[in-house]
Amino acid sequence: MIRLALIGLGKMGISHLAIVNSHPDVRLVAVCDTNAYVSSTLNKYTGIKVFTDYRQVLAAGNLDAVIIATPPRFHGEMVRAALDQHLHVFCEKPFCLNADEGAELAALAKDRGLVNQVGYHCRFVGAFKEAKRLVTAGTLGRVHHVRAESYGPVVLRPKGASWRAQRTEGGGCLYDYASHAIDLVTYLVGTPDRVSGTVLNRIFSQDVEDEVYTTLYFPDGMTGQLSSNWSDESYRKLSTKMTIWGTNGRLTVDRQEVQLFLRDNVVGNPALKLGWNVLYTTELTDEVWYYLRGEEYSAQIDHFIRCIETKQTETISSFASAVETDQIVSMIVEDSGVARNSATKRGPHQERAVPRKKGIFRRVRALLA
Amino acid sequence: MTQTNSAMERILLGDNQFFGVNHMSEEKARAQSIRFQDDRSIIEVLDIAYDAGIRVFMCTTHERVAAICDHVRGNPERYKDFQFFPCMPYAHKYADAVTEHGMIGALKRFLPEQGALNALFKGGMSVATKDMEGIAQLLIDAEMKMFAGLSTPVIFLQNVVTDLLLGLGFGTAFRMFADHVIQRYGAEPGFITMNMPHLLDVLEEVGISNPIICANINKIGFRMCGGVKRYEETIATRNFRPVAMSVLASGAIPPREAIAYVCGQRAIRSIVFGASSRANIVETKRLIDEMSYGG
Repeated sequence: MIRLALIGLGKMGISHLAIVNSHPDVRLVAVCDTNAYVSSTLNKYTGIKVFTDYRQVLAAGNLDAVIIATPPRFHGEMVRAALDQHLHVFCEKPFCLNADEGAELAALAKDRGLVNQVGYHCRFVGAFKEAKRLVTAGTLGRVHHVRAESYGPVVLRPKGASWRAQRTEGGGCLYDYASHAIDLVTYLVGTPDRVSGTVLNRIFSQDVEDEVYTTLYFPDGMTGQLSSNWSDESYRKLSTKMTIWGTNGRLTVDRQEVQLFLRDNVVGNPALKLGWNVLYTTELTDEVWYYLRGEEYSAQIDHFIRCIETKQTETISSFASAVETDQIVSMIVEDSGVARNSATKRGPHQERAVPRKKGIFRRVRALLA
Repeated sequence: MTQTNSAMERILLGDNQFFGVNHMSEEKARAQSIRFQDDRSIIEVLDIAYDAGIRVFMCTTHERVAAICDHVRGNPERYKDFQFFPCMPYAHKYADAVTEHGMIGALKRFLPEQGALNALFKGGMSVATKDMEGIAQLLIDAEMKMFAGLSTPVIFLQNVVTDLLLGLGFGTAFRMFADHVIQRYGAEPGFITMNMPHLLDVLEEVGISNPIICANINKIGFRMCGGVKRYEETIATRNFRPVAMSVLASGAIPPREAIAYVCGQRAIRSIVFGASSRANIVETKRLIDEMSYGG
């Protein structure tokens, strides 16, 4: 039995709790949340042991692994504390707000031979796994362009008090939504080394961007576009979609289906045919022992547990791969400043999420006002 | 606890197709959202189903269902035998609120702010004393408001909530739900799940005997945790009232084959399906009738 604790009882934390609590190979030792109301209510009705300080949980000394599902600002400190206790760590996404710190923690986990995973659950969706298999098998030929999109209804009004509305806490569309699409880019086609033309716009939020657009450049000449908007309620929930163009065709994938158009050759699967192929989630999804909201949430936790049991430290969504995503996020933030300064023309209604320095003219006008 | 064992309708019309839920394709889901954005277009489909002899609408407590309720209430003669099986809560409403306001903020938003003083007092006290039963009752009442004066013989707990409580080991919550639904609404509690065999164990543990459980039941085992074999055994040997949903596995199984599989398991009480066209509704009803009663 893997003895496990969970830190952070927000939306993802509660969901992970239900999943690990029903996993046949896991013994849930304790949970922790700074909100004593939430944790003590949980204790009252389920008998699960609760703490309000994560250090107490880690210090108990009877753990094999920990799941960290706090707001991102706390990830770095908590992951380090857990690794120092020689615990295997599953951390929610985004991994670290500081990519250098993330890289350090990835190296630390590797040195100590600890299983490390970040909650990019799209990697466990049957359709995305199949897309990965097809791209790796060369089905599309030489891939030359990728479009990564994520849309959904998170911020639909000019208010909101949770951490997701604050940049310093790891909120914003870039960290919360676009990160899924960026992670799928690194998973499916590789890691860009440059971004350009970034737009981080506010629509309703005060402190963070609500939409993200950028162009991705890869070392081998491939290009990509990222497009993400969390203020779009025409989507019922987070919807992440990837489109990949190669010399032998095009592949579009979301969590429901893979649509594949093949031009000249059939590679990677003899059942495919030239022209259109559609593969549905019903045929691509592996059964899980317990279902809540989607197979992928259970599958990623099961993968983490199996890796601990089999002493396999290379997970499908490792700290190292999450650091690549964090690094791309950093490049996008940096480029949003560059793009702002080099833009020659801008519409009158656009607002920037990154505050602009006042020009001389504006400053003089402000003084006169 | 012994519950009434009333006859449940054999065929229930579901509502996924009306609200852009499709497990196979986002494009199809969007096309359905567009088609059903007027309440009138939903009512037209309900009328087709009702006239074909399908008298139960099994629906989430989506805010748009309130308009359907108003329509049915306003035409009591036309809908004399019409029944709603509400499924609560419409989970996205709560999940989105937690994303925006945090856990406690979301809870505060859904507890009644105005209206009856005792609700206010009860809500405040319940929150203060961590009395989940009190909070749950208020949330159930809030969800049930739109069905006032309508026939709701079975009230379901949605699968996201059922399965979350199941995973957390909070089995007594099922009992709280059941007690309130029976006492306050004179209805039978139902539970929707993707983890049917496990749920049945827990419901029995908390004293809910012969429960109504709605679960995916299809030939290919799509979203049937525990596997097809275990489902078949559970259905054949244990005391509960199964309601089959996702019978076609979102279209992965041809209708005749799919319905033959479900109708072949005699213990299955009811079948819920979603369809939008007259042809599909009438044909599905005909197939179920044929295979249930020999045509």
